Amino acid sequence: MTLTNPSPAAEVAVRRRGHGALGDRVFSWWTLGTGLLVLAILGLILVTTVREAWPAFDAMGPRFVTERVWDPNPATGDAIFGALSFAYGTAVSSLIALLFAVPVSVGIALFLTELAPRRLRGPAVTVIDLLAAVPSVVFGLWGILVVAPALVPVYQWTHDVFGGVPLLGRLVGPVGSGRTFMTAGLILAIMITPIITSITREVFGTVPRADKDAALALGATRWEMIRGAVLPHSFGGIVGAVMLGLGRAMGETIAVALVIGGATNITANLFAPGNSMAAVIVQQFGESTGTFTAALIGLGVVLFAMTVLINVFARVVVRRAEARMKGGVA
Amino acid sequence: MNRNVLSRRVLAGVALVALALTGCGSNDNSSQPGGDGNSSQPGSGGGSAYADLSGELTASGASFPDAYYQEVVEAFKSAAPDVTVTYNATGSGTGKKQFGAGLVDFAGTDSLVKETDGVAAGSFRYVPTVAAPITVSYHLEGVDKLQLSPETLAKIFQTDITTWDDAAIKADNPGVELPDTPITVAHRSDGSGTTSNFTKYLEAAAAGTWKLGSGDTVAWPANTQGGEKNTGVAQIVKQTNGAVGYVDLSDAKATGLTFAAIKNKDGQFVEPSLEGTTAGLEGAEVADDLSYNPLNAAGATAYPITAPTFVIVRTAYDDANKAALVRGFLNYLLTEGQELAEDADFAPLPASLRDKALAQIEKIQG
Repeated sequence: MTLTNPSPAAEVAVRRRGHGALGDRVFSWWTLGTGLLVLAILGLILVTTVREAWPAFDAMGPRFVTERVWDPNPATGDAIFGALSFAYGTAVSSLIALLFAVPVSVGIALFLTELAPRRLRGPAVTVIDLLAAVPSVVFGLWGILVVAPALVPVYQWTHDVFGGVPLLGRLVGPVGSGRTFMTAGLILAIMITPIITSITREVFGTVPRADKDAALALGATRWEMIRGAVLPHSFGGIVGAVMLGLGRAMGETIAVALVIGGATNITANLFAPGNSMAAVIVQQFGESTGTFTAALIGLGVVLFAMTVLINVFARVVVRRAEARMKGGVA
Repeated sequence: MNRNVLSRRVLAGVALVALALTGCGSNDNSSQPGGDGNSSQPGSGGGSAYADLSGELTASGASFPDAYYQEVVEAFKSAAPDVTVTYNATGSGTGKKQFGAGLVDFAGTDSLVKETDGVAAGSFRYVPTVAAPITVSYHLEGVDKLQLSPETLAKIFQTDITTWDDAAIKADNPGVELPDTPITVAHRSDGSGTTSNFTKYLEAAAAGTWKLGSGDTVAWPANTQGGEKNTGVAQIVKQTNGAVGYVDLSDAKATGLTFAAIKNKDGQFVEPSLEGTTAGLEGAEVADDLSYNPLNAAGATAYPITAPTFVIVRTAYDDANKAALVRGFLNYLLTEGQELAEDADFAPLPASLRDKALAQIEKIQG
């Protein structure tokens, strides 16, 4: 690359620089615009939902998030709108979902990238992606018609065996019908498995061959290689995948509405019915008016805030963990 | 192709003759849709006042009477082939909102109009259409006959009573062997006119015992189960031994549930039936605006948990044709249409109320 004596080709390129510069400018405006558009849409959603929900926030004050009673038509006095029970339901069902989905998804992804014979990979990936294409209402109906009744004896057995154990016994309390936090969590786990699997699979695919070979060359077993080379390299990506899965689980509406049991309930018992924020919105919006409608939109705002907080928290975790791991490597 | 059209015409003609013979009073242009405008022959058949109507009616609202309204809409097509009526079961609340915003020509609602519904007072009239019983369906192995008084019912649904062998249930059912199965209460998780009517009934019939108030959504105790729509509640009751829930008659029948007999105002235990419902309507007091409350009505054979449903129409329509369409359709619904009610598990209005409703329709201006 000499600038003193440009070749003919370079001259052509220079003559075209006018176009190139314009192209760059257009490109940067375009990307800046789309980037800002996302922020603007998010901002507008927040502004309009808060404004629509204001009558409820105004009436309830901070009790909107600390109150566990949800009573739009009380026998006496004003309506009470407390999001706590539903926030609890959202959190518990999503956590159960992660608890089951993350180990399974990471396992599938490791199997597909590190262990599976090449000819099995394609079909296996297709099958998992197909799972993601099943509409959530189908999961919901399958949940109430098949899964929930089938799980009742399992729950009953678990309760009979572990019900007396301290602490654990409180989690596996008495069983009613099969529509419970646990059932909702299990259905959600199946729903978020494909997304976590396919992203972690992509992430594992980016681990440099040289790193893995180096680990093996040093005498590491396959598991040691995965632990020492694959997992540290992909930690951030796995957390990102888990967050996407969690976002889907927290926002999932109709499947949860069908299987969680529709009760305003805060209890340690995972075999009890409850409700989640997204589910309550879809169940009650149609027949709501006035402050009641505002309160339901308020649930949406709380859900939005919860999602943002969790994502920020996850970011912090990833940054710290990566700093620690990379520090260890270096 | 030509032959095909021809044979269809012939078929239509045969059908027409058959209709005329049975005195159904369908007239000429009903068999030739989309022809050369309205070449209706006055005087042929004579009975159908609807065939001259043309245009579109859109409505939305209560899902509870939807099955019945859809049958009427279907039947109205043959009486008034140039009219398209669409009823969208969005739920009473949404229906009223859309009616208030002028998006629909009339709305179906299970509940009366409240201030917060967005419909201006004085701008609408109620037209009662049909009613239906709300069953108390249960699933209890070994028990196929159950009687409940309103107080016991209230205690069950607010979980004061938790097992089926409770003394209060035993007192209502002398001589019946009741197991100690725990009670699972099933209710609607969505906002619903059925919930509203059921809780209003408990408020009226078990005053002093019932503490949860009434409305489309009430604060059910934490250890109860919510199901989506009538079918969702019916599913819970069907799947769970010891479950009890309130479900409208048609869904309860379709799911094959057993219902409890409920003690009415006269002290009789009555099972849910259409006859019992119509008897309840006769015993109900009707207000001047035709809003009425058949819950806990008097009469020895009256089934006490009866849900009324209304259509709300404007007092005056800007468009005269619209007004004529609304009058025509509702007139049909309250006359010929009433005969379709029982097939869909709804109770027709008693004659006295029906006449008042017909008079109400005549008042629509425009």
